[in-house]
Amino acid sequence: MRIRVNPNLCQGHNRCFSLAPELFEVDEFGLATALNDGRVPAGMEEKAQLCIDNCPEFAISEIED
Amino acid sequence: MTDTSKNENGCPVHDWATDYDVMDEGYTRNPAPIWAELRQKCPVAHTTRWGGSWMPTRYADIQEMANMVPTLSSRAISVIPPDPVLREELIAELKAYGTESPPITSDPPEHSPYKRLILPFFSPRAVAGYAAMTEEICRGLLDELKDRDTADAAVEYAQQIPPRVIAYILGIDMGRAAEFTQWTQELLELGQTDPELRRAARTKIRTFFFDQIEHRKQNPGHDVISLLLDAEVEGRRLSDHTVAGICNLLLVAGIDTTWSSIGSALYHFATHPEDRKRLVAEPDLLPVAVEEVLRYYSPVTMARKVTAEVCMHGAEMKPGDKLLMTFPAANRDPEVFERPDEFVIDRQQNRHIAFGTGIHRCAGSNLARMELLVGLRLWFERFPDFSLAGEEGVTWAGGQVRGPRNVPVRLSA
Repeated sequence: MRIRVNPNLCQGHNRCFSLAPELFEVDEFGLATALNDGRVPAGMEEKAQLCIDNCPEFAISEIED
Repeated sequence: MTDTSKNENGCPVHDWATDYDVMDEGYTRNPAPIWAELRQKCPVAHTTRWGGSWMPTRYADIQEMANMVPTLSSRAISVIPPDPVLREELIAELKAYGTESPPITSDPPEHSPYKRLILPFFSPRAVAGYAAMTEEICRGLLDELKDRDTADAAVEYAQQIPPRVIAYILGIDMGRAAEFTQWTQELLELGQTDPELRRAARTKIRTFFFDQIEHRKQNPGHDVISLLLDAEVEGRRLSDHTVAGICNLLLVAGIDTTWSSIGSALYHFATHPEDRKRLVAEPDLLPVAVEEVLRYYSPVTMARKVTAEVCMHGAEMKPGDKLLMTFPAANRDPEVFERPDEFVIDRQQNRHIAFGTGIHRCAGSNLARMELLVGLRLWFERFPDFSLAGEEGVTWAGGQVRGPRNVPVRLSA
């Protein structure tokens, strides 16, 4: 599974980071990027989906690997 | 539709689509059925009460409106307009300084540099640094309750946490927490229907921060006020007026709101033993449960001022009109949330916008979330079997910040 944070949509809510700090990093303004170039480690898929489903800006999506 | 004992002019609401009342006691206690009806019948409702405003209730509309900047301007964020005296004061200040309490009262392009100025104080990393201090505050409050059978979870716990935390961050006297809470309540809650109280509270807060600013100029420290005095926006130092405005924002924005959320959470778990037991058994569920608390009991409604004609679902909004950003109503929209009026403790799909959305999303959400997580975790460790000691003792505050102001509980089974 591979995910991406759209930097044009992210407003820095930090919802993804608070639910799965293993999958994202955020800068001091809260803007998020997916760690490991968006590749979700095995076993973390559910958490990744949780983050996708909790972003209020619809900024996180699954992408083709 | 609801019993109405305390409306503007004492006149009950007959039609919520054309005559809603945000201060109505029945609405404050249980707004969801009214939103559900409006979402179907009249998705952007109108009223002439309290200075007049428009109220959207659908998630998609509120998302769209939040992004209509600066057509929907943040220069007026209170639903109820200031009285003529305060209005004159605000106009004179705006003329002299160009800004009030940035970034919350700012539109682009003024907004972004101020938002970037304050965001680092509330980044996940910065907030992690405040967790130990928050734990200490909560433990101290819980120790006070240790030999008691009953307590007011709102007054004696929820209300006490946020003013101490923000006082610590701002580097002001935590011992004055009760005063900070009182000022905030006078400004945002009681003052909304009492212009003199609102004006007096604003003056108290500003005067307090002007004194703090003078003190920091003589004795600079590492607190947020000192950092703001040292900061530059677009190559220029901030005026004392602007620093005081930002401090005013940081103080009041984190008190009523977070206190309301912690109180709502305690009210919920005091009245829903099955959810309480599940959280005791599965403490790892807390982060997801907190998001559901934020969705179901969203405390904050902001306002915007219309600056150009906007038409939506037949609502013709004109320049000068007020518009409510009814985030709590958006969070109950069945188009976006399954079983929206049920509290689902492990809700997976939860794109709630309790902290707003778009460029004005809450700057302090990480702090609020940390206070909720720490405050609830420690409460549950100490009082896993607590329950409500009588619904009749529960009171709710409404207007722009909704939350329980009294939650009497039995501390053990």
